[in-house]
Amino acid sequence: MSSGLQVKAVSVVFNTKKGPFHAIDSVNLDVAPGEFVCLIGHSGCGKSTLLNLIAGLTLPTGGEVYCDSRLVAGPGPDRGVVFQQHSLLPWMTCFENVHLGVRRVFGAREDAAALRHRTEYALNMVHLEDAAAKYPFEISGGMKQRVGIARALAIEPRVLLLDEPFGALDALTRAALQDELMRIVEQTHPTVVMVTHDVDEAILLADRVIMMTNGPKASIGDDLRIKLARPRDRVALASDAQFAVYRKRLLEFLFLKQRVPEPATS
Amino acid sequence: MRGIFDRPWVLSLLLFAGFVLAWHLATGSSQGAPTAADTEYAKMVGQGGAAKQSAMPTPADVVRRGAELLSQAFDRNGSNDLGIGWHLLHSLARVLGGFGIAVAVAVPLGFAIGLVPKLYAALNPFIQVLKPVSPLAWMPLALYTLKDSGASAIFMIFICSVWPLLINTAFGVSAVRQDWLNVSRVLGLSVWTRIRHIVFPAAVPMIFTGMRISIGTAWFVIVAAEMVVGQSGIGYFIWNEWNNLQISSMITAIVIIGLVGLGLDVLLVQMTRLLAFQE
Repeated sequence: MSSGLQVKAVSVVFNTKKGPFHAIDSVNLDVAPGEFVCLIGHSGCGKSTLLNLIAGLTLPTGGEVYCDSRLVAGPGPDRGVVFQQHSLLPWMTCFENVHLGVRRVFGAREDAAALRHRTEYALNMVHLEDAAAKYPFEISGGMKQRVGIARALAIEPRVLLLDEPFGALDALTRAALQDELMRIVEQTHPTVVMVTHDVDEAILLADRVIMMTNGPKASIGDDLRIKLARPRDRVALASDAQFAVYRKRLLEFLFLKQRVPEPATS
Repeated sequence: MRGIFDRPWVLSLLLFAGFVLAWHLATGSSQGAPTAADTEYAKMVGQGGAAKQSAMPTPADVVRRGAELLSQAFDRNGSNDLGIGWHLLHSLARVLGGFGIAVAVAVPLGFAIGLVPKLYAALNPFIQVLKPVSPLAWMPLALYTLKDSGASAIFMIFICSVWPLLINTAFGVSAVRQDWLNVSRVLGLSVWTRIRHIVFPAAVPMIFTGMRISIGTAWFVIVAAEMVVGQSGIGYFIWNEWNNLQISSMITAIVIIGLVGLGLDVLLVQMTRLLAFQE
């Protein structure tokens, strides 16, 4: 059976011109199957590095990462990634962008009609059926990020990894996409790890918020369970006492325990 | 009404008119009363005092000769007397031939060296040494080995087109955005799918930049090549007219070379717009 994600004593050292740089130091993290975890921390704290480790895009210099009890030795279709900069291929339509992965993962087992159906289904899930034939330059930033989500979901990953997916969007678009993500997660129950620097976003979406200390040698500073009933409603939560408690905890960690890094070092 | 002089093309037109006027005044004056100095000079070179018309044509001469050349552009009076249109077509055929071979060689090779850094490192010294060699330097060697002047001209076009294409393709392939490569890695695409659907489309703009540089250089070189080896072509035409001291024809040919070169460039820009991705 699926056993989620395990990050075991993972360290990352980058070799730079100024000598070795310890980005992450002995991080341990267990994510249960179906759990939604947010990684939060200041810029440069290594939260994206941790996500890349789980994705297999970066390999640890020490320690191991396991996904479903299997050692992560590289990227794989069991882990879908939504990138910070949507990263759509500009020469492909939205449909083709999603279809590329679908064909790769299911192409050997299913016929063309079934594959097309999968891609259409993923695009419908993010309400982009009408934009399927459009190119990325023809659609808005929010829509691009929706395609990115559809692309990651279409390959039916066990784990969904999101690297500040809504960071570049305006507040209203971001809220709409957060609601959409919550709905999709209710439907498909993936394990989710999401990097964010938005405290409200983390509480709204996550079952657990992992707070990371500032780098270099970043590690996990605190681990907060968010015990808010689902489905969650952002308007109701605005006046929720428990929400305010969580918010205060996170803000205290970020701005009292961890100093805001100087802009030059981030 | 004040705005009319702000338009760039109005200024261009004025500059052109000014240039033609200056040209006309400069060349037209020697037709009239020769100045004292001219007479002295004419005496010195033994042509007596008779006013001799300068070989430099007036703008009107050039226009007249140009119209004449264009009206007979595709005349064919024996193999040694072709219209200027035929010469132009011969030049274009050589350029497109050499350029086509260069594309066929340099794009796959550029792909290979862009994908395999070791191969790039191994071939780079040769590229760096051969790239600055003027294509004309290859001419005698080409004539000796290929034993055909037409083939030699095509070879010269090939050799001058190949470097920008090779370097630009290799750069385009090796500098594919990391984001896109990460997409490929995360989706677990096969090597072939990655090359076909990610690396190639991502490199297309750079490949076309290489093509633009190459075709421009090729159009440069063809004139020189044909002056040396040609029995036809626009370069040969200019050299031939120079031997006949037909300066009006030479000037007409220069203008035509410029316009055709511009046309080739515009064509490639349009092709880039059609085939390269938009962001």
